[in-house]
Amino acid sequence: MDDFIIKLEHVGMHYRKTTQKVDSFKEYFIKRLRKQIAYEEFIALNDINLTIGKGEVVGFVGLNGAGKSTLLKLISGVQKPTVGKVTVKGKVSPLLELGAGFDNDLTGRENIKLNGLILGYSKEFIKEKTDEIIEFAELKDFIDTPIKNYSSGMRARLGFAIATVVTPQILIVDEVLSVGDGRFKKKSEQRMVELIKSDATVLFVSHSLAQIRRLCTKVVWLEKGQIKMVGPTKEVCDAYEAYL
Amino acid sequence: MIRHLKTFYNYRALLWEFVKKDIKLKYRNSFLGILWSMLNPLLIMVVLTFIFSNIFKNSIPNFPVYCLTGRLIYDFFSQATNQSMVSITSKSTLIKKIYVPKYLYPLSRVISSFIIFLISLIPLLLIMLVTRVKLTPMSLLAVFPLLSLVALALGIGLFLATVNVFFRDMQHLYSVVLLVVMYMSAIFYSVDIINPKYAFVLKFNPIFPIIAVFRDCLLNGQITGSGNWILCAIYPVLALGIGLFTFYKQQDKFILNI
Repeated sequence: MDDFIIKLEHVGMHYRKTTQKVDSFKEYFIKRLRKQIAYEEFIALNDINLTIGKGEVVGFVGLNGAGKSTLLKLISGVQKPTVGKVTVKGKVSPLLELGAGFDNDLTGRENIKLNGLILGYSKEFIKEKTDEIIEFAELKDFIDTPIKNYSSGMRARLGFAIATVVTPQILIVDEVLSVGDGRFKKKSEQRMVELIKSDATVLFVSHSLAQIRRLCTKVVWLEKGQIKMVGPTKEVCDAYEAYL
Repeated sequence: MIRHLKTFYNYRALLWEFVKKDIKLKYRNSFLGILWSMLNPLLIMVVLTFIFSNIFKNSIPNFPVYCLTGRLIYDFFSQATNQSMVSITSKSTLIKKIYVPKYLYPLSRVISSFIIFLISLIPLLLIMLVTRVKLTPMSLLAVFPLLSLVALALGIGLFLATVNVFFRDMQHLYSVVLLVVMYMSAIFYSVDIINPKYAFVLKFNPIFPIIAVFRDCLLNGQITGSGNWILCAIYPVLALGIGLFTFYKQQDKFILNI
């Protein structure tokens, strides 16, 4: 197990959550004066220990709010854990859901460049791959129109094409494969299978158990911020299904 | 420190792309495009000159250049700080999904505003030529107030971006602050008309010394107030220090509030 690519040791995420949302000076001072600001400890993740090896395809299951997305945020580095240690050896490419990195007013082509740079590709690489991305996303006729005119499926296709044009070291897929029409779904799943067969590590969140069963080699079941079960896909999925 | 420089180097292409995007989007869909960054200050200058030479009398020599220098600097400052302020909150979807050094967002806004500002210096030079302002070696020193200006805007921008994450009220409050700053900048009046008892108030306005020094370099050809030159060096350092400190101290908490 020394050949890990992601390792989480005793990772926890605790928020000090105000019971009411305060986001104006006035509210803050009034509530402060009245001593109405009560804090509540909210534990999003608690004592998570997890090791993921190179090339594994890990599915994350659990009810809404179980901490799946928080966990992935910790791995991708956008959030820091309040306790514990996260070690990631390699570059994380999140598959930005519905193109979170897109700018609505830019054209598809400009967005490829922008998004590619955000994902850490080099300029030359993007230039070289632009045509391939457009081809895969099937957006030839729309590539020079601003993205605000795209349908959500088109945006998702473009986002998927950009993120997977290279075999990433670590790919995070958070509920995105459910968009796009049936044809593209098939195509993207095919690409996923390719990635899975390569040595990319894929972290996969989905509420579709069927999809997880098809794609993953290992499944992590989260509940209330804790790992309830980790193991081979079939075992965990069966247990989770029984629980549901 | 070396690690910081290295990540900065790695992200320089992205920073540049952000800057290009800002500039491109600002003038997209307008017929005259980037020409507006020259035309706009010129038109404002014409209006101000008309108002303050014909309706209100003033005795400022070469009023067009006088008000244009003030106006351009103020415009840059207000643009850069305003945009930096919302640079984090408006990018929430991206910040939540992928790691990019967060200072790139305010920094790119300051740089893009500065590039537009540099373009708008062209009409200023033109007006200076037309009104026969003598260019002296002193004019080259104008680089100093401009560097101060960028550092100041970045410092204040970083600070505002941080505050705005936690208190969105800042956006509304700051527009009032900017208004006060504008009237305290001596853009269209001369400092002489202020009661000397209150003249010191202007010195609390961080862009006033910059405007004064800029005019010293381009218009007066001599140092008219050494105090302004000193403040022009102090304020930016102070602002950058405070801005960087608050931003770095709080940046890990941004994600919980956007």
